[in-house]
Amino acid sequence: MTTTTHPAPAGSPRIADQDRPVARKPKNGIPWGKIAAWAVMVIFLLITLFPFYWMLRTALSSNNALATDPGSLLPVGLNSGGFERVFGLQDVETAISQGGSGASINFWRYLLNSVVVATAVTVVQTFSCAMAAYAFSRLHWRGRDTVFLIFLGSLMIPQIFTLLPNFILIKHLGLVDTLLGIMLPTLFISSFAIFFLRQFFNNVSREVEEAALIDGASKARVFFVLILPMSSAPLATLALLTYMTAWNEYFWSLMVSYTDQSRVLTVALGVFRAQAPGTGPDWSGLMAATLVAAAPMLLLFALFAKKIVNSIGFSGIK
Amino acid sequence: MSTATTSTRSAPTRRRRKDDTKLALLFIAPATVGLLVFLVWPLLTGLYYSFTEYTTLTPPQWVGLQNYQKLIADPIFWNSLKVTVLYVLINIGVQTIVALLIAVLMQRLTQSTILRSLVLAPYLVSNVVAAIVFLWILDSQLGVFNIFLQWIGFDPISFWSSETWVIPTVALVNVWRHMGYTALLLFAGLQSIPAFLYEAARTEGAGELTLFRRITLPLLRPILALVLIMTIIGSFQVFDTISVTTQGGPADASKVLQMYIYENAFGQYQFGYASALSVALLVILMVITFAQYWMTNAGKSDLD
Repeated sequence: MTTTTHPAPAGSPRIADQDRPVARKPKNGIPWGKIAAWAVMVIFLLITLFPFYWMLRTALSSNNALATDPGSLLPVGLNSGGFERVFGLQDVETAISQGGSGASINFWRYLLNSVVVATAVTVVQTFSCAMAAYAFSRLHWRGRDTVFLIFLGSLMIPQIFTLLPNFILIKHLGLVDTLLGIMLPTLFISSFAIFFLRQFFNNVSREVEEAALIDGASKARVFFVLILPMSSAPLATLALLTYMTAWNEYFWSLMVSYTDQSRVLTVALGVFRAQAPGTGPDWSGLMAATLVAAAPMLLLFALFAKKIVNSIGFSGIK
Repeated sequence: MSTATTSTRSAPTRRRRKDDTKLALLFIAPATVGLLVFLVWPLLTGLYYSFTEYTTLTPPQWVGLQNYQKLIADPIFWNSLKVTVLYVLINIGVQTIVALLIAVLMQRLTQSTILRSLVLAPYLVSNVVAAIVFLWILDSQLGVFNIFLQWIGFDPISFWSSETWVIPTVALVNVWRHMGYTALLLFAGLQSIPAFLYEAARTEGAGELTLFRRITLPLLRPILALVLIMTIIGSFQVFDTISVTTQGGPADASKVLQMYIYENAFGQYQFGYASALSVALLVILMVITFAQYWMTNAGKSDLD
């Protein structure tokens, strides 16, 4: 997203010192409007960020102390028991005495499953959609526009409608409770990704491409050696968005996975939450688990925040 | 000279055009297989299953319109439709207003990428994480929000187990997760409104509210409409939050359509009936999309 500066209209007596309107300063010099606006903004930020702090604060507290002092803004009974339960570092007795369920949770396994699914979907889908987008953008073939319209039309199919039939299909393929079964429906196709990349490829200069073609390169070679490297920025943005979507996906994984061998983090969190011991939920352990589940995305985001934030506009609508 | 160059260049290009078909088919093959197998085929089989009795153990049995007759007479379906619409109204209503407010504030106050990143943070965590965190924050006994309510002199509220509160609660939790993202979409739209319009209006003595009503809102309308279509369609498909927190309870008070579909399919193995329910949801979404599309097109008179 670029900030465009608009020149003041000719003959206008006022010359804007900023390209955006700013709350007007009253005559007494104190910009009350601006202060009020910032105050509202700060309140929104607090609402936005407080739950993250609360996750951390609870994860570092002990369940016993949480029961007696639930309102303290700092961790109560500071300890790392919550995280230890999540990673299976506590024996069953300690876990139960600290308010855990004592049931074993194979967190590393779920983490690995999530990483495998999200990585495979991101790599394969981005590549497959980039090739299709190139065919729709730069190759000349009969029926191109019609086929593209069909792909575009599939954007209209809501996910819910394909879930049940896809489950039956995956069941017939014998892939229920496998990672492949979770990945398959989104492994090769995202109409949005094709649409997004086609827009970008359309804007890549044709001259470089034509020069390479005249030098005798094939169109396939042009795609791999020229177009892909030139498009690394939008490809990275798209890959990040795809990774995030795959990582946070829940409904489909819930349908397909039944045991640890294919359980991904989101589904495991739901199971973990349902295993509340008789004494009430293990809030400390649950918050530690949600934090661990959210951490990779927050970390990725911290690294690429600028790229992601700037990609949100109407070219990159998702 | 220049025409000569063009003609020598376009000759080999035109020759290549015929060659591209093979490569193009190769390039679109993976995506096309994905499209046909996991989007088009399920669309057709989903429609077919809705006319059958199907328990997945035995092959589907054609029963004609029986599932749809059952659906029309099913009070739980109508209740779940009511619950879903209530959810969408609260979710979209609050979210749109809050997001618009954040977007306008950002436009007026700062271009800071850090601020925009912070606002987007909730969107990065899954619905499941958001649901569990708010399950804790809004817990009826130990939840910090209820302790805050008591501190300022209110009675604690059973957000998750009260039939009145459960849908507003789920709706607001999802507002928390999506408001920043929606705000950034609207913010991107606001960037396209020329600043001189504000300047001109201000020299004529217009106040902030007038600026918002007379400039921001009308010029943002096409983008607002697009955002509304997207968010409403997403909102109708609410499932994750409810699956993790209330499972549709108390007493069906949060049994949204998707929850009911899931229950029929995986709780009672009524895949035929569940498919008919999905068709109903699909029809609702299509009607909404077309209605909104038609309304936005009818009122296209904004920038330029």
